[in-house]
Amino acid sequence: MHDTGKVLVGLAVFAGVATGPAWYGLGRGKGQPPELAKPVGGATQCIEPTSVMRARHMEILNQWRDAVVRGDQRIYVASDGQRHRMSLTGTCLRCHAEPAKFCIKCHEYAGVEAFCWDCHQQKPRVVTAFRGAAGGEP
Amino acid sequence: MRRRSFLKIAGLSLAGSVPAARALTGSPRTEPAPEAVRGKRWAMVVDQGKCLTKPGCQVCLEACHRAHNVPTVPDPRHEVKWVWKERLANVFPERVTPYVPAQVKDRPVVVLCNHCDNPPCVRVCPTEATWKRPDGIVMMDEHRCIGCRYCITGCPYGARSFNFEDPRPHLKGEPTDYPTRTKGVVEKCTFCAERLAEGRPPACVEACDALGVRAITFGDAADPGSAVSALLRTQDLARRKPSLGTSPHVFYVL
Repeated sequence: MHDTGKVLVGLAVFAGVATGPAWYGLGRGKGQPPELAKPVGGATQCIEPTSVMRARHMEILNQWRDAVVRGDQRIYVASDGQRHRMSLTGTCLRCHAEPAKFCIKCHEYAGVEAFCWDCHQQKPRVVTAFRGAAGGEP
Repeated sequence: MRRRSFLKIAGLSLAGSVPAARALTGSPRTEPAPEAVRGKRWAMVVDQGKCLTKPGCQVCLEACHRAHNVPTVPDPRHEVKWVWKERLANVFPERVTPYVPAQVKDRPVVVLCNHCDNPPCVRVCPTEATWKRPDGIVMMDEHRCIGCRYCITGCPYGARSFNFEDPRPHLKGEPTDYPTRTKGVVEKCTFCAERLAEGRPPACVEACDALGVRAITFGDAADPGSAVSALLRTQDLARRKPSLGTSPHVFYVL
């Protein structure tokens, strides 16, 4: 072996560059997941178990979107049999009242861009029940 | 393994994989809203005689644009509108003779998306962002609109608007729950699909009725008992540009 030193230096440089983004993130304080706002209003459970929501909320939201806009369906029957009005502003934001402290915060941490708020209102609305709820949002 | 048994097992597992995959992906249950009003063919009749009893009235336009957070863009080239007033000679060019007096030609007519039976906008949309619902509503899915504006070119009634800029700075007052649109998408009247799902009439109809004018009748043209269908059967109603074959479902008592 003649070039052990050069190879090791090369490897070190490669490892540095390859893991650079992680070090950069750690340096900017992204070592820990962000502290997210707790749900307001005393609800103890989301429409589905937390693990499901954490892993599949994007799929559920896409299903809601298509069901409401394209299928004219408005009610979601959760796995526990509970019925919820499919509405981002009307249902989700009732508990997750400030997207900036929940959705957006985590999405920023994860580096995943969500453009829901380009159109959907961030201000939470009081929708007490799905039946005859005035001002429900499509 | 013999060829015969191999084929049997292969066939069985293939047949079994379909329901298994269905069960695993588990299509979620959704339901229509229990309070929704349903129609087989939604239609609207605008009574010009009644509408003109309130000169300069804007309640239907304001109610719609308020309910749907339609921006008031100062630049007329960037204007966004769902329902507005147009001069008679422009709305019914085929019916206006050269001898009609100017004050008749200039009479304002309320115009909106015609929710055609044969909508050209739907034919040209490359992403199915606009489509025809079974109940006749020509619907918009803003999530899917790519802003190509073919539909604007296709619509012979100018019923569609493009968001050349972010609409939010141009909203009047506090926005309602209805989502705004974003720069780069097309929008138009949806016959208040979101209100029908709540069992409520379209915002323009509600506003006109509240004023006591009752110039706009909305209902199911396929239901013989509806007010709209009574008007359709008993009166000679006008439609915009009928020769194009789009079969508009906004009718006018002229």
